[in-house]
Amino acid sequence: MKKSIITVVGKDTVGIIAKVCTYLAENQVNVEDISQTIVQDYFNMMMIVDTGGSSKPFGEMVTELECLGDEIGVKIRCQREDIFTKMHRI
Amino acid sequence: MINRLEVNETNKMIEQEMLDVRTITMGISLLDCCDSDLDTLNRNIYNKITSSAKDLVSTGREIELEYGIPIVNKRISVTPVALVGGRACKSPEDFVTIAKTLDKAAKDMEVNFLGGYSALVCKGMTPVDKNLIRSIPQALSSTERVCSSVNIGSTKTGINMDAVKLMGEIVKETAIATKDDSSLGCAKLVVFCNAPDDNPFMAGAFHGVTEGDVVINVGVSGPGVVKRALEKVRGENFEVLCETIKKTAFKVTRAGQLVAQEASGRLGVPFGIVDLSLAPTPSVGDSVAEILEEMGLESVGAPGTTAALALLNDQVKKGGVMASSFVGGLSGAFIPVSEDKGMIDAVNRGAINIEKLEAMTCVCSVGLDMIAIPGNTPATTISGIIADEAAIGMINQKTTAVRLIPVIGKDVGETVEFGGLLGYAPIQPVNRFSCEEFVNRGGRIPAPIHSFKN
Repeated sequence: MKKSIITVVGKDTVGIIAKVCTYLAENQVNVEDISQTIVQDYFNMMMIVDTGGSSKPFGEMVTELECLGDEIGVKIRCQREDIFTKMHRI
Repeated sequence: MINRLEVNETNKMIEQEMLDVRTITMGISLLDCCDSDLDTLNRNIYNKITSSAKDLVSTGREIELEYGIPIVNKRISVTPVALVGGRACKSPEDFVTIAKTLDKAAKDMEVNFLGGYSALVCKGMTPVDKNLIRSIPQALSSTERVCSSVNIGSTKTGINMDAVKLMGEIVKETAIATKDDSSLGCAKLVVFCNAPDDNPFMAGAFHGVTEGDVVINVGVSGPGVVKRALEKVRGENFEVLCETIKKTAFKVTRAGQLVAQEASGRLGVPFGIVDLSLAPTPSVGDSVAEILEEMGLESVGAPGTTAALALLNDQVKKGGVMASSFVGGLSGAFIPVSEDKGMIDAVNRGAINIEKLEAMTCVCSVGLDMIAIPGNTPATTISGIIADEAAIGMINQKTTAVRLIPVIGKDVGETVEFGGLLGYAPIQPVNRFSCEEFVNRGGRIPAPIHSFKN
């Protein structure tokens, strides 16, 4: 199991979650947790996903998600979980 | 469980506060390349570097993409060339052929710098060392990515004043050889005292003889992150200030440790050290000087600057040491002038001079770094400055270095532009009184009494 974190930040619009989830489903990436808020029209979502079953190389997925973000008008980042856990936990 | 605040904090550090892994440096031993035939030696060196580092840049890019943290430089350091070229190189010109081979290998591997065109002469110089040192001006003016360093002293051996004298001349000659390019050659030449074997930062990086065959060293940096953290504790006492720097340094170093482990695992090369440093760049918000100013100084250079820098350097080390399994290199705060927007501004407003910078080097990571001086500065004066700085390192058992750039054709009041990470610098005045007789004495300054600590 390889956990990664997807963050989506940008101006709120209809269908952001749907588009991101459709992409993930098409690439066999399982969503384990979603938390999302909207503050003053700004959409802010964090997803914990398991990329272990994905056939696509991780780097390619990162780039494709970035492109998807550009289409929707939000910023999508996908990063391996370790960068967050290693940095903040002893 | 992952916490959203932590995710946001990390990404904010990367995106807005310019946290980055400054460099992944692959150290490569060239000792097994030695040969008495110059062509064979050059071929061996090229083959060893290109086979060891063939995946370095691509692996760096992969890690960058997967973790979303920028890795600014991918670099190579090699065994000091004076040790490798001894049997084949009979003249400075022979050494220049090695510099060209190194340059070609660096270009083919797509690394931006390759360090190790070096000699270690802290106690004495062999004829081979002399040939390498004499070849430096030509080597640096006829290559693009090769960096050179010379270690002229140490706490255990004292200072080799013959080498100090020679290096003053070499710095000057390098400046002249690259005068059409703002004397840029001198930006790639460092004179050290107590040089560490595992420094991943250019221009002073080389792969020491105490190291293994191939090793991965990582240098992290994030002055912007520390500055932002300190903005939140304005007006608080020193205890709070120190605690804040320490915690931030811990987080920054953890990112470096992760990258170092990943790079070492993927390349199948042992992990050497993480150098936990605050190294600035000329961009706004990536400045060590701004951290010092955030502590409460009107300008870096004001009274209190040395204390502030001492505190910063110590807290960075305290925070970082626990974050990584191996810490080394030059860990601490770097205070180059041309590469730090805050330092450039301080020079321009007349708040800081070379003498204050020298005082600051007693408590910082390296030394007099990237300082532009008038092109007509005598070689003996440059030697004198090198000797002063080496003495600070020798007596205080720390690494010190000098990277001065006498810009040919320019004088105080003018500015020199180097471009990229090297930035730009106002030409700073140098004390005009001569030290010629002192430097010309030659010989060696004996090791200080600490050398009997056995």
